[in-house]
Amino acid sequence: MKLIFEKSVAGRRGYLNPKADVPVKGEILSQYKRKKDCPWPELSELEVVRHFTALSQKNFSVDGNFYPLGSCTMKYNPKFTENLAGLEGFAHLHPLFPQLPSGEELVQGALQVLYEMEQLLCAMTGMDGFTLQPLAGAHGELTGVMMIAAYHKAKGNKKKYIIVPDSAHGTNPATAAIAGYEIISIPSDTHGVMDLKKLKESITSEVAGLMLTCPDTHGIFNPQVDKIAEMIHSVDGLMYYDGANLNAILGRARPGDIGFDVMHINTHKTFTTPHGGGGPGAGPVGVKKDLIPFLPISRVVKRNNGTFCLNYDYPDSIGYIASLYGNFAILLRAFAYILLLGKEGLKEVSNMAVLNANYIQERLRGRFALAFDRICMHECVFSASKQAQRGVHAIDIAKFLIDKDIHPPTVYFPLTVKESIMIEPTETESKQTIDAFIEAMFEADDLSQKNPQAFADLPQTTPICRPDEVKAARELNVNFFAHP
Amino acid sequence: MVPYIPHTNKEIEEMLVTIGVKSVDDLFADIKPHLAPKSFNLPSGQSEFEVVEYIKKLGAKNKLLISFVGGGFYDHYIPAAVSALVSRSEFYTAYTPYQPECAQGTLQALYEFQSSICALTEMEVANASLYDGGTALYEAAMMAIRLTKRNKIIMDGGVSPIYRKIVKTYTSNLHFEFGETAVVHGQSDREEIYRLLDKKTAAIILQNPNFFGAIDDHSDIIQKAHELGILVIESVYPISLGLLKTPAEMGADIVTGEGQSLGLPLNFGGPYLGFIATKKQFIRQMPGRMVGETVDKKGRRCFVNTLQAREQHIRREKATSNICTNVSLCAVQALIFMSLLGKEGLKELAQLNLDKAEFARQTLEKIPNVTVKRSSPTFNEFAVCLPVDASLVIEAMTKKGFAAGFPLGRYYPDMKNYMIVAVTEKRTKEEILNYAKALEEVLKS
Repeated sequence: MKLIFEKSVAGRRGYLNPKADVPVKGEILSQYKRKKDCPWPELSELEVVRHFTALSQKNFSVDGNFYPLGSCTMKYNPKFTENLAGLEGFAHLHPLFPQLPSGEELVQGALQVLYEMEQLLCAMTGMDGFTLQPLAGAHGELTGVMMIAAYHKAKGNKKKYIIVPDSAHGTNPATAAIAGYEIISIPSDTHGVMDLKKLKESITSEVAGLMLTCPDTHGIFNPQVDKIAEMIHSVDGLMYYDGANLNAILGRARPGDIGFDVMHINTHKTFTTPHGGGGPGAGPVGVKKDLIPFLPISRVVKRNNGTFCLNYDYPDSIGYIASLYGNFAILLRAFAYILLLGKEGLKEVSNMAVLNANYIQERLRGRFALAFDRICMHECVFSASKQAQRGVHAIDIAKFLIDKDIHPPTVYFPLTVKESIMIEPTETESKQTIDAFIEAMFEADDLSQKNPQAFADLPQTTPICRPDEVKAARELNVNFFAHP
Repeated sequence: MVPYIPHTNKEIEEMLVTIGVKSVDDLFADIKPHLAPKSFNLPSGQSEFEVVEYIKKLGAKNKLLISFVGGGFYDHYIPAAVSALVSRSEFYTAYTPYQPECAQGTLQALYEFQSSICALTEMEVANASLYDGGTALYEAAMMAIRLTKRNKIIMDGGVSPIYRKIVKTYTSNLHFEFGETAVVHGQSDREEIYRLLDKKTAAIILQNPNFFGAIDDHSDIIQKAHELGILVIESVYPISLGLLKTPAEMGADIVTGEGQSLGLPLNFGGPYLGFIATKKQFIRQMPGRMVGETVDKKGRRCFVNTLQAREQHIRREKATSNICTNVSLCAVQALIFMSLLGKEGLKELAQLNLDKAEFARQTLEKIPNVTVKRSSPTFNEFAVCLPVDASLVIEAMTKKGFAAGFPLGRYYPDMKNYMIVAVTEKRTKEEILNYAKALEEVLKS
């Protein structure tokens, strides 16, 4: 398909600006002016509409396809939350209004959303305070680790290390490093959980904290989590809860009750705000009491008269971590979702997500090697090791599934399992959809036995097949105008 | 009952039998009883109608006013086709394009977005977006630190004070040195900047137009910086680049910006769109996702995530950034806006903003005791000096239905009598005249 720039015809217009209704013409001295016009494409509105409609049709999406991408929680995004985000009173609200003198009175509705959202998240997680500012999960991680650093600094603790299990998402070690820490990586034991003996050996007074995804990326809830917290706390280290998989334990356990001091939530996972082809997300961060003074500014405060304001006066705060108050329109969607589900609905989310994952795990285990033979939580991890012996790898199975109109599970992550296939069905998929997926996986296994060579040419139903990624990196072309 | 969960009790029973457990509770056996929640005190669920009514009520509590507030976030008109197209669920319910065969829509759009940002800034390469303008500036600072292996950063006082605070917050544990210079006559203070430059300096951070709305040509500063091996980062306002000298023309090394003005609603602060562009030679230190062109097995042109070896999911603690999710959908939204506007539309829109702001300037100048700073040229935003504390005036103007401007005293304590006024194409002649009239009344009383 042609690029939009290749469809451009000089002189065509896709949108007309309002007429200049003022009697003056602004001038800029030529030394401040650009020399060449910006070469954005010139198309009619319909041509633009056709272009992006055609592009959209080249995507798999939750609305169109089963999308069991492990660790990403690709569940249904309810439509009413989209409408709410478009409400004029929110969509057109300027973010600097509350910073005008008495400007908070202009944004009471928006501040109330933020305040009530914080309350809901505290109740759900057992944390004592929240900031909604972080703009994505990894941004929340960085905010959290910076608060850990601020805590140690305030106490005069000399800390150097953050401990991260080897099954963690890459964002954990990357975040800790960017916040100025060195990383200690702890391997998993044969049961798929962090090796406690190795952990014990690594704990010294220089450990600032430990980052744990729980359940972890093996889909396992670490039954020793409280013992781990005890070990870390014994050296005044802090426990960071990576909330990527919070959707598995809603109403079953709260990070704040089981030893965690700081956590983030990925609203696009647990609270099903749309993934948008890779964001925008939101990564609210919760803390226990001791860390509240370090929360970023501003913070939303409820006044005695029931109205809301922003307070910037927190001398121990880590400071500004985002320009404004978070991805408001995303938080609003999550807020609406939580209100609709309520207490019982949220529990149902975890119950059904875990049921579906275990059902898949049980039905596939005869054909595919199970990474860890135990009850799983919201996702299950297999290895394509048996198929690989026949020359068919995890990526080949992924491409096979694409031809069945199924978005492949996550492959080659977690890094701890060879040829890993990580499946997260989520609670919104029906048994019929899940059964069809299982059948497709069986067919993939059948084909790997009968005709393993066939996989090399898959997928066949998509506009392209197996792009050359090496060429992309070697002959780098990321800008049309540099390679016309 | 949750309408998004399909299972019937019968199906649940069947699945439990297959798994070989008696109840759903058995699946949670790893969560030992002593780890159970101390409470789970949330409200009961509601119907869609009830939630919608409640949130509509909250939305109605906000007051939009006729706004002359900018400060880095601008109220531009968004053509209907933008939201219609970006609301296609094939875009918004997809995820990061890990499987290129079933994500060519997102991938090609991101390649086109990168190219459109390059066209706008005239830089050689751009990534597929960062969170917002402020965090993009922080990422650029870190990039300059890595590239130069130095640790001092000079920030011009005309850079958004919010952005400067962000850069400082993030680097507070990293032992960097900062120099901050005030502006003179609205523009960057060359003398002061040059005085601070030394062999430790990694980068100078500038903004054009700056927080006061002033336009500058930073070519001289950039040339001087390069002589000393120092990189220059420019934070820009996309719409202004329809007319203004591009950062590439000035010689900037890294360009960042807030892309909200490219078709994204104000949304009380987000989601917005951070962008970053640089010279080709620096591409391997640029953070975030990047989409590149390639061919498939049959030689057909296609697009993939590329240079992923810089990123956290491969490099872990050695990655260029911890960023994972960016703001792909906002990038697609901006791309649609840029494609509708086109070459002529952008130029026209920038001129229109300039015209309206100039008219507002001339109109406000006529009010007794109001001075409009004219020591430097401006784009669609300018500083107004009032005879009294600007806060008092803005508060009084609010009661008359106008968000009159942003009080500079909030971030610049010695500028209490100043406000910055932004005028986009959405402000009509009539609104501007009414605004001036109201301001005159407020100042009289």
